Amino acid sequence: MDDFSYQKPKNLSDAVAAFGDAEDGTFLAGGQTILPVMKLGLAAPSAMIDLSGIDDLQSISVTDAAVSIGAMVTHNAVAASKDVANAIPALSFLAGNIGDPQVRMRGTLGGSIANNDPAADYPAAVLALGATITTDKRQIAADDFFTGMFDTALEDGEIITSVEFPVPDAAGYAKFANPASRFALAGVFVARSLVEAGGDTVRVAVTGAGPCTFRIAEMEAALAEDFSAAALDGITVASDDLNTDMHASAEYRRHLIGVMAKRAVDTANGDKQ
Amino acid sequence: MPKITLTVNNETVTKDVEARTLLVELVREGLGLTGTHIGCDTSQCGACVVHVNGAPVKSCTMLAVQADGTEVTTVEGVSPKSGLNPLQQAFNEHHGLQCGFCTPGMVMTATALLKANPDPTEAEVRHGLEGNLCRCTGYQNIVDAVMAAAKTMRS
Repeated sequence: MDDFSYQKPKNLSDAVAAFGDAEDGTFLAGGQTILPVMKLGLAAPSAMIDLSGIDDLQSISVTDAAVSIGAMVTHNAVAASKDVANAIPALSFLAGNIGDPQVRMRGTLGGSIANNDPAADYPAAVLALGATITTDKRQIAADDFFTGMFDTALEDGEIITSVEFPVPDAAGYAKFANPASRFALAGVFVARSLVEAGGDTVRVAVTGAGPCTFRIAEMEAALAEDFSAAALDGITVASDDLNTDMHASAEYRRHLIGVMAKRAVDTANGDKQ
Repeated sequence: MPKITLTVNNETVTKDVEARTLLVELVREGLGLTGTHIGCDTSQCGACVVHVNGAPVKSCTMLAVQADGTEVTTVEGVSPKSGLNPLQQAFNEHHGLQCGFCTPGMVMTATALLKANPDPTEAEVRHGLEGNLCRCTGYQNIVDAVMAAAKTMRS
Protein backbone atom coordinates (compact mmCIF):
# COMPACT_ATOMS: atom_id res chain seq x y z
CA MET A 1 0.00 0.00 0.00
CA ASP A 2 1.00 3.61 -0.43
CA ASP A 3 2.61 5.31 2.51
CA PHE A 4 0.76 7.89 4.56
CA SER A 5 1.32 10.06 7.59
CA TYR A 6 0.29 8.62 10.94
CA GLN A 7 -0.94 10.47 13.98
CA LYS A 8 -2.31 9.32 17.30
CA PRO A 9 -4.02 12.28 18.98
CA LYS A 10 -4.86 12.17 22.69
CA ASN A 11 -8.18 13.99 22.49
CA LEU A 12 -11.09 14.60 20.14
CA SER A 13 -10.27 18.17 19.27
CA ASP A 14 -6.76 17.23 18.17
CA ALA A 15 -8.22 14.40 16.08
CA VAL A 16 -10.66 16.74 14.39
CA ALA A 17 -7.86 19.25 13.76
CA ALA A 18 -5.62 16.56 12.28
CA PHE A 19 -8.41 15.49 9.95
CA GLY A 20 -8.93 19.09 8.88
CA ASP A 21 -5.24 19.54 8.16
CA ALA A 22 -5.00 16.38 6.07
CA GLU A 23 -5.47 16.45 2.33
CA ASP A 24 -7.23 13.10 2.34
CA GLY A 25 -7.34 11.85 5.90
CA THR A 26 -9.12 8.89 7.39
CA PHE A 27 -9.73 7.84 10.95
CA LEU A 28 -8.25 4.56 12.12
CA ALA A 29 -10.33 2.65 14.67
CA GLY A 30 -9.63 -1.09 14.89
CA GLY A 31 -8.33 -1.21 11.34
CA GLN A 32 -9.93 -4.56 10.55
CA THR A 33 -11.60 -3.19 7.41
CA ILE A 34 -9.60 -0.15 6.39
CA LEU A 35 -6.22 -1.90 6.44
CA PRO A 36 -7.33 -4.82 4.20
CA VAL A 37 -9.05 -2.30 1.92
CA MET A 38 -5.83 -0.27 1.67
CA LYS A 39 -3.78 -3.39 0.98
CA LEU A 40 -6.10 -4.12 -1.93
CA GLY A 41 -5.48 -0.61 -3.25
CA LEU A 42 -9.14 0.35 -2.84
CA ALA A 43 -8.27 3.20 -0.49
CA ALA A 44 -5.12 5.30 -0.26
CA PRO A 45 -5.50 7.98 2.40
CA SER A 46 -2.75 10.57 2.76
CA ALA A 47 -3.10 10.54 6.53
CA MET A 48 -4.33 8.07 9.12
CA ILE A 49 -5.53 9.46 12.40
CA ASP A 50 -5.51 6.70 15.01
CA LEU A 51 -8.29 7.15 17.55
CA SER A 52 -6.94 4.57 19.99
CA GLY A 53 -5.12 7.19 22.06
CA ILE A 54 -8.34 8.95 23.10
CA ASP A 55 -9.33 7.59 26.51
CA ASP A 56 -12.83 9.11 26.34
CA LEU A 57 -13.82 6.61 23.64
CA GLN A 58 -12.88 3.51 25.63
CA SER A 59 -15.48 3.09 28.34
CA ILE A 60 -18.54 0.91 28.90
CA SER A 61 -21.22 2.08 31.33
CA VAL A 62 -24.35 0.15 32.22
CA THR A 63 -27.44 1.35 34.09
CA ASP A 64 -30.87 -0.23 34.48
CA ALA A 65 -32.05 1.79 31.52
CA ALA A 66 -29.18 1.74 29.05
CA VAL A 67 -25.85 0.32 27.99
CA SER A 68 -23.45 2.95 26.73
CA ILE A 69 -20.39 1.80 24.85
CA GLY A 70 -17.50 3.99 23.74
CA ALA A 71 -16.74 4.02 20.04
CA MET A 72 -13.28 2.49 20.46
CA VAL A 73 -14.38 -0.39 22.68
CA THR A 74 -13.45 -3.66 20.98
CA HIS A 75 -15.90 -6.43 20.21
CA ASN A 76 -13.96 -8.64 22.60
CA ALA A 77 -14.37 -6.14 25.43
CA VAL A 78 -18.11 -5.94 24.83
CA ALA A 79 -18.40 -9.73 24.73
CA ALA A 80 -16.31 -10.04 27.89
CA SER A 81 -18.31 -7.47 29.87
CA LYS A 82 -20.47 -9.17 32.49
CA ASP A 83 -22.47 -5.96 32.89
CA VAL A 84 -23.36 -5.94 29.19
CA ALA A 85 -24.19 -9.66 29.30
CA ASN A 86 -26.53 -9.12 32.23
CA ALA A 87 -28.25 -6.08 30.72
CA ILE A 88 -28.57 -7.14 27.06
CA PRO A 89 -27.48 -10.76 26.58
CA ALA A 90 -28.26 -10.61 22.87
CA LEU A 91 -25.81 -7.73 22.39
CA SER A 92 -23.12 -9.64 24.25
CA PHE A 93 -23.79 -12.73 22.12
CA LEU A 94 -23.63 -10.65 18.94
CA ALA A 95 -20.29 -9.08 19.89
CA GLY A 96 -18.81 -12.48 20.76
CA ASN A 97 -19.65 -13.84 17.33
CA ILE A 98 -18.35 -11.06 15.10
CA GLY A 99 -15.68 -12.32 12.72
CA ASP A 100 -13.14 -14.38 14.64
CA PRO A 101 -11.28 -14.01 17.95
CA GLN A 102 -8.41 -12.00 16.48
CA VAL A 103 -10.72 -9.59 14.68
CA ARG A 104 -12.69 -9.13 17.91
CA MET A 105 -9.49 -8.12 19.72
CA ARG A 106 -9.00 -5.17 17.36
CA GLY A 107 -12.34 -4.33 15.77
CA THR A 108 -14.46 -1.65 17.44
CA LEU A 109 -18.13 -0.69 17.72
CA GLY A 110 -17.54 2.77 16.28
CA GLY A 111 -15.47 1.45 13.41
CA SER A 112 -18.08 -1.14 12.55
CA ILE A 113 -21.04 1.18 12.36
CA ALA A 114 -19.11 4.02 10.70
CA ASN A 115 -18.13 1.56 7.97
CA ASN A 116 -21.69 0.15 7.77
CA ASP A 117 -20.74 -2.99 5.89
CA PRO A 118 -23.97 -4.56 4.59
CA ALA A 119 -23.09 -7.81 6.38
CA ALA A 120 -21.73 -6.42 9.64
CA ASP A 121 -23.47 -7.55 12.83
CA TYR A 122 -23.61 -4.37 14.91
CA PRO A 123 -25.90 -2.34 12.63
CA ALA A 124 -28.73 -4.82 13.27
CA ALA A 125 -28.37 -4.40 17.04
CA VAL A 126 -28.13 -0.62 16.83
CA LEU A 127 -31.25 -0.43 14.67
CA ALA A 128 -33.36 -3.04 16.48
CA LEU A 129 -32.57 -1.66 19.93
CA GLY A 130 -33.25 1.89 18.79
CA ALA A 131 -29.82 3.03 19.92
CA THR A 132 -28.58 6.58 19.86
CA ILE A 133 -25.24 7.37 18.25
CA THR A 134 -23.33 10.23 19.83
CA THR A 135 -20.67 12.02 17.81
CA ASP A 136 -18.35 14.93 18.50
CA LYS A 137 -21.10 17.15 17.07
CA ARG A 138 -24.53 15.70 17.84
CA GLN A 139 -26.75 12.75 18.61
CA ILE A 140 -28.19 10.63 15.81
CA ALA A 141 -31.07 8.16 16.15
CA ALA A 142 -30.39 4.69 14.74
CA ASP A 143 -33.30 5.09 12.32
CA ASP A 144 -31.52 8.08 10.77
CA PHE A 145 -27.97 6.76 10.92
CA PHE A 146 -27.71 3.91 8.39
CA THR A 147 -28.38 5.51 5.03
CA GLY A 148 -27.16 2.97 2.49
CA MET A 149 -24.44 0.51 1.53
CA PHE A 150 -21.24 1.61 3.33
CA ASP A 151 -23.00 4.92 3.92
CA THR A 152 -24.12 6.67 7.09
CA ALA A 153 -25.42 10.04 8.25
CA LEU A 154 -21.90 10.92 9.45
CA GLU A 155 -20.45 14.05 7.91
CA ASP A 156 -16.90 14.22 6.64
CA GLY A 157 -14.61 14.30 9.65
CA GLU A 158 -17.36 13.59 12.19
CA ILE A 159 -16.28 11.16 14.92
CA ILE A 160 -18.55 8.71 16.73
CA THR A 161 -17.85 8.92 20.46
CA SER A 162 -20.33 6.40 21.91
CA VAL A 163 -23.49 4.44 21.28
CA GLU A 164 -26.27 4.18 23.85
CA PHE A 165 -28.46 1.08 23.69
CA PRO A 166 -31.73 1.22 25.69
CA VAL A 167 -32.11 -1.97 27.72
CA PRO A 168 -34.99 -3.95 26.18
CA ASP A 169 -37.43 -6.20 27.94
CA ALA A 170 -36.28 -9.04 25.73
CA ALA A 171 -33.98 -9.39 22.73
CA GLY A 172 -32.39 -12.04 20.57
CA TYR A 173 -29.96 -12.19 17.66
CA ALA A 174 -29.53 -15.01 15.20
CA LYS A 175 -27.29 -15.07 12.16
CA PHE A 176 -26.45 -17.49 9.45
CA ALA A 177 -22.76 -16.82 9.07
CA ASN A 178 -20.67 -17.21 5.98
CA PRO A 179 -18.49 -20.11 7.15
CA ALA A 180 -15.29 -18.47 5.89
CA SER A 181 -15.66 -14.82 6.90
CA ARG A 182 -18.30 -15.17 9.65
CA PHE A 183 -20.06 -12.18 8.12
CA ALA A 184 -23.83 -12.56 8.16
CA LEU A 185 -25.44 -14.05 5.05
CA ALA A 186 -28.50 -13.01 6.98
CA GLY A 187 -28.76 -11.92 10.59
CA VAL A 188 -31.87 -10.79 12.45
CA PHE A 189 -31.98 -8.86 15.71
CA VAL A 190 -35.34 -8.77 17.49
CA ALA A 191 -35.99 -6.51 20.48
CA ARG A 192 -39.11 -5.97 22.57
CA SER A 193 -39.49 -2.96 24.84
CA LEU A 194 -42.26 -2.39 27.33
CA VAL A 195 -43.49 1.15 26.87
CA GLU A 196 -45.20 3.23 29.50
CA ALA A 197 -48.52 3.44 27.69
CA GLY A 198 -48.82 -0.32 27.91
CA GLY A 199 -48.29 -2.91 25.26
CA ASP A 200 -45.08 -3.85 23.53
CA THR A 201 -42.96 -2.14 21.01
CA VAL A 202 -41.08 -4.64 18.90
CA ARG A 203 -38.32 -3.83 16.47
CA VAL A 204 -36.89 -6.30 13.98
CA ALA A 205 -33.70 -5.43 12.09
CA VAL A 206 -31.96 -7.44 9.39
CA THR A 207 -28.32 -7.38 8.36
CA GLY A 208 -26.40 -9.22 5.66
CA ALA A 209 -29.35 -9.70 3.34
CA GLY A 210 -29.74 -6.30 1.74
CA PRO A 211 -27.53 -3.34 0.84
CA CYS A 212 -28.02 -1.87 4.32
CA THR A 213 -29.62 -2.93 7.58
CA PHE A 214 -33.39 -2.55 7.49
CA ARG A 215 -36.51 -3.14 9.61
CA ILE A 216 -39.46 -5.38 8.79
CA ALA A 217 -42.69 -3.61 9.78
CA GLU A 218 -44.92 -6.62 9.18
CA MET A 219 -42.88 -8.81 11.53
CA GLU A 220 -42.82 -6.05 14.14
CA ALA A 221 -46.61 -5.73 14.05
CA ALA A 222 -47.13 -9.48 14.29
CA LEU A 223 -44.70 -9.81 17.19
CA ALA A 224 -46.30 -6.88 19.00
CA GLU A 225 -49.54 -8.89 18.97
CA ASP A 226 -47.95 -12.20 19.85
CA PHE A 227 -44.26 -12.36 20.74
CA SER A 228 -43.65 -15.90 19.55
CA ALA A 229 -41.88 -17.51 16.62
CA ALA A 230 -45.22 -18.89 15.44
CA ALA A 231 -46.47 -15.33 14.97
CA LEU A 232 -44.02 -15.02 12.08
CA ASP A 233 -45.50 -17.92 10.12
CA GLY A 234 -46.33 -16.85 6.60
CA ILE A 235 -44.59 -13.47 6.78
CA THR A 236 -42.07 -13.11 3.99
CA VAL A 237 -39.90 -10.33 2.70
CA ALA A 238 -39.75 -9.56 -1.00
CA SER A 239 -36.45 -10.72 -2.44
CA ASP A 240 -36.34 -7.91 -5.02
CA ASP A 241 -34.10 -5.68 -2.95
CA LEU A 242 -31.95 -8.40 -1.38
CA ASN A 243 -28.38 -9.22 -2.32
CA THR A 244 -27.32 -11.90 -4.75
CA ASP A 245 -23.61 -12.70 -4.78
CA MET A 246 -21.24 -15.67 -4.93
CA HIS A 247 -22.28 -16.72 -1.44
CA ALA A 248 -26.06 -16.79 -1.72
CA SER A 249 -28.97 -15.78 -3.92
CA ALA A 250 -31.54 -13.18 -2.94
CA GLU A 251 -34.14 -15.94 -2.73
CA TYR A 252 -31.96 -17.92 -0.31
CA ARG A 253 -31.41 -14.85 1.83
CA ARG A 254 -35.16 -14.14 1.83
CA HIS A 255 -35.71 -17.60 3.26
CA LEU A 256 -32.92 -17.18 5.80
CA ILE A 257 -34.48 -13.98 7.14
CA GLY A 258 -37.62 -15.89 8.14
CA VAL A 259 -35.65 -18.67 9.79
CA MET A 260 -33.27 -16.33 11.62
CA ALA A 261 -36.14 -14.11 12.80
CA LYS A 262 -37.83 -17.09 14.41
CA ARG A 263 -34.61 -18.20 16.08
CA ALA A 264 -34.05 -14.68 17.38
CA VAL A 265 -37.54 -14.60 18.89
CA ASP A 266 -37.00 -18.00 20.50
CA THR A 267 -33.76 -16.70 21.98
CA ALA A 268 -35.46 -13.57 23.24
CA ASN A 269 -38.04 -15.79 24.91
CA GLY A 270 -35.33 -17.52 26.84
CA ASP A 271 -34.57 -20.53 24.70
CA LYS A 272 -30.96 -21.59 24.51
CA GLN A 273 -28.86 -19.33 22.30
CA MET B 1 9.66 8.13 9.44
CA PRO B 2 8.01 7.15 12.74
CA LYS B 3 10.29 5.75 15.43
CA ILE B 4 8.69 3.07 17.58
CA THR B 5 9.76 1.30 20.73
CA LEU B 6 8.16 -1.95 21.76
CA THR B 7 8.97 -5.14 23.59
CA VAL B 8 9.25 -8.24 21.44
CA ASN B 9 9.60 -11.53 23.29
CA ASN B 10 10.77 -9.62 26.37
CA GLU B 11 13.46 -7.65 24.52
CA THR B 12 13.12 -3.93 23.96
CA VAL B 13 13.26 -2.96 20.30
CA THR B 14 13.50 0.52 18.81
CA LYS B 15 13.00 0.86 15.05
CA ASP B 16 12.32 3.46 12.40
CA VAL B 17 9.42 2.22 10.33
CA GLU B 18 7.30 3.60 7.53
CA ALA B 19 3.75 4.27 8.70
CA ARG B 20 2.53 1.68 6.21
CA THR B 21 4.75 -1.09 7.60
CA LEU B 22 2.61 -3.93 8.85
CA LEU B 23 3.39 -5.51 12.18
CA VAL B 24 4.05 -8.82 10.45
CA GLU B 25 6.59 -7.13 8.17
CA LEU B 26 8.37 -5.66 11.17
CA VAL B 27 8.41 -9.03 12.91
CA ARG B 28 9.64 -11.05 9.93
CA GLU B 29 11.77 -8.65 7.91
CA GLY B 30 12.75 -6.10 10.54
CA LEU B 31 13.48 -8.53 13.35
CA GLY B 32 14.07 -11.78 11.47
CA LEU B 33 11.46 -13.66 13.49
CA THR B 34 10.21 -15.82 10.65
CA GLY B 35 8.23 -18.24 12.79
CA THR B 36 5.31 -15.89 12.21
CA HIS B 37 3.97 -16.67 8.74
CA ILE B 38 2.19 -14.65 6.08
CA GLY B 39 -0.50 -16.79 4.53
CA CYS B 40 -3.41 -14.98 2.96
CA ASP B 41 -2.35 -11.41 3.81
CA THR B 42 -6.08 -10.61 3.93
CA SER B 43 -6.85 -11.18 7.61
CA GLN B 44 -8.49 -14.53 7.11
CA CYS B 45 -6.03 -17.38 7.63
CA GLY B 46 -4.44 -16.58 10.98
CA ALA B 47 -0.94 -17.81 10.10
CA CYS B 48 0.40 -14.42 11.25
CA VAL B 49 -1.13 -14.40 14.73
CA VAL B 50 1.02 -12.83 17.44
CA HIS B 51 0.07 -11.51 20.86
CA VAL B 52 -0.06 -7.77 21.46
CA ASN B 53 -0.33 -7.04 25.18
CA GLY B 54 -1.49 -10.63 25.54
CA ALA B 55 -4.25 -10.43 22.94
CA PRO B 56 -4.03 -12.63 19.84
CA VAL B 57 -4.12 -10.44 16.73
CA LYS B 58 -3.54 -10.89 13.03
CA SER B 59 -0.27 -9.09 12.52
CA CYS B 60 -0.98 -8.62 8.79
CA THR B 61 -3.89 -6.38 9.80
CA MET B 62 -2.15 -4.11 12.25
CA LEU B 63 0.38 -1.40 11.55
CA ALA B 64 3.76 -1.60 13.22
CA VAL B 65 3.20 1.95 14.50
CA GLN B 66 0.07 0.73 16.26
CA ALA B 67 2.28 -1.61 18.27
CA ASP B 68 4.38 1.28 19.59
CA GLY B 69 4.67 0.91 23.36
CA THR B 70 3.16 -2.57 23.45
CA GLU B 71 4.47 -5.98 24.42
CA VAL B 72 4.53 -8.32 21.45
CA THR B 73 4.99 -12.06 21.73
CA THR B 74 5.67 -14.26 18.69
CA VAL B 75 5.82 -18.02 18.44
CA GLU B 76 9.53 -17.82 19.18
CA GLY B 77 8.60 -16.20 22.49
CA VAL B 78 6.44 -19.08 23.67
CA SER B 79 8.90 -21.79 22.64
CA PRO B 80 11.52 -23.18 24.99
CA LYS B 81 15.20 -22.84 23.96
CA SER B 82 15.19 -26.50 23.09
CA GLY B 83 12.34 -28.96 22.72
CA LEU B 84 8.67 -28.07 22.71
CA ASN B 85 6.24 -26.52 25.18
CA PRO B 86 3.27 -28.67 26.29
CA LEU B 87 0.97 -27.25 23.62
CA GLN B 88 3.51 -27.74 20.85
CA GLN B 89 4.18 -31.24 22.15
CA ALA B 90 0.45 -31.98 21.96
CA PHE B 91 0.35 -30.85 18.32
CA ASN B 92 3.20 -33.29 17.68
CA GLU B 93 1.59 -36.18 19.50
CA HIS B 94 -1.90 -35.73 18.06
CA HIS B 95 -0.77 -35.08 14.50
CA GLY B 96 -2.13 -31.54 14.67
CA LEU B 97 -0.23 -30.57 11.55
CA GLN B 98 0.88 -31.86 8.21
CA CYS B 99 2.63 -29.12 6.24
CA GLY B 100 2.94 -26.98 9.36
CA PHE B 101 2.35 -23.63 7.68
CA CYS B 102 -0.62 -22.71 9.88
CA THR B 103 0.92 -24.13 13.05
CA PRO B 104 2.56 -20.99 14.50
CA GLY B 105 -0.75 -19.13 14.25
CA MET B 106 -2.64 -22.10 15.68
CA VAL B 107 -0.21 -22.30 18.59
CA MET B 108 -0.42 -18.58 19.33
CA THR B 109 -4.22 -18.56 19.15
CA ALA B 110 -4.52 -21.70 21.27
CA THR B 111 -2.03 -20.33 23.80
CA ALA B 112 -4.21 -17.27 24.33
CA LEU B 113 -7.35 -19.40 24.37
CA LEU B 114 -6.02 -21.70 27.10
CA LYS B 115 -4.78 -18.77 29.14
CA ALA B 116 -8.27 -17.23 29.12
CA ASN B 117 -10.04 -20.56 29.49
CA PRO B 118 -7.85 -23.35 30.92
CA ASP B 119 -10.62 -25.97 30.77
CA PRO B 120 -12.46 -25.38 27.48
CA THR B 121 -15.12 -27.58 25.93
CA GLU B 122 -14.51 -28.90 22.43
CA ALA B 123 -17.10 -26.40 21.14
CA GLU B 124 -15.21 -23.55 22.82
CA VAL B 125 -11.96 -24.69 21.22
CA ARG B 126 -13.57 -24.82 17.80
CA HIS B 127 -15.13 -21.36 18.29
CA GLY B 128 -11.76 -20.07 19.48
CA LEU B 129 -9.95 -21.37 16.40
CA GLU B 130 -12.40 -19.90 13.89
CA GLY B 131 -9.87 -17.32 12.79
CA ASN B 132 -7.22 -19.88 11.88
CA LEU B 133 -7.35 -21.88 8.68
CA CYS B 134 -5.65 -25.23 8.13
CA ARG B 135 -5.78 -26.77 4.69
CA CYS B 136 -4.33 -30.16 5.69
CA THR B 137 -5.79 -31.66 8.81
CA GLY B 138 -9.52 -31.03 8.76
CA TYR B 139 -9.09 -29.50 12.25
CA GLN B 140 -10.02 -32.63 14.23
CA ASN B 141 -6.44 -33.36 15.25
CA ILE B 142 -5.78 -29.72 16.04
CA VAL B 143 -8.79 -29.66 18.35
CA ASP B 144 -7.62 -32.93 19.89
CA ALA B 145 -4.18 -31.42 20.47
CA VAL B 146 -5.56 -28.31 22.16
CA MET B 147 -7.86 -30.37 24.38
CA ALA B 148 -4.98 -32.67 25.33
CA ALA B 149 -2.69 -29.72 26.03
CA ALA B 150 -5.35 -28.15 28.23
CA LYS B 151 -5.47 -31.32 30.29
CA THR B 152 -1.68 -31.51 30.56
CA MET B 153 -1.34 -27.84 31.46
CA ARG B 154 -4.01 -28.10 34.18
CA SER B 155 -2.30 -31.02 35.89
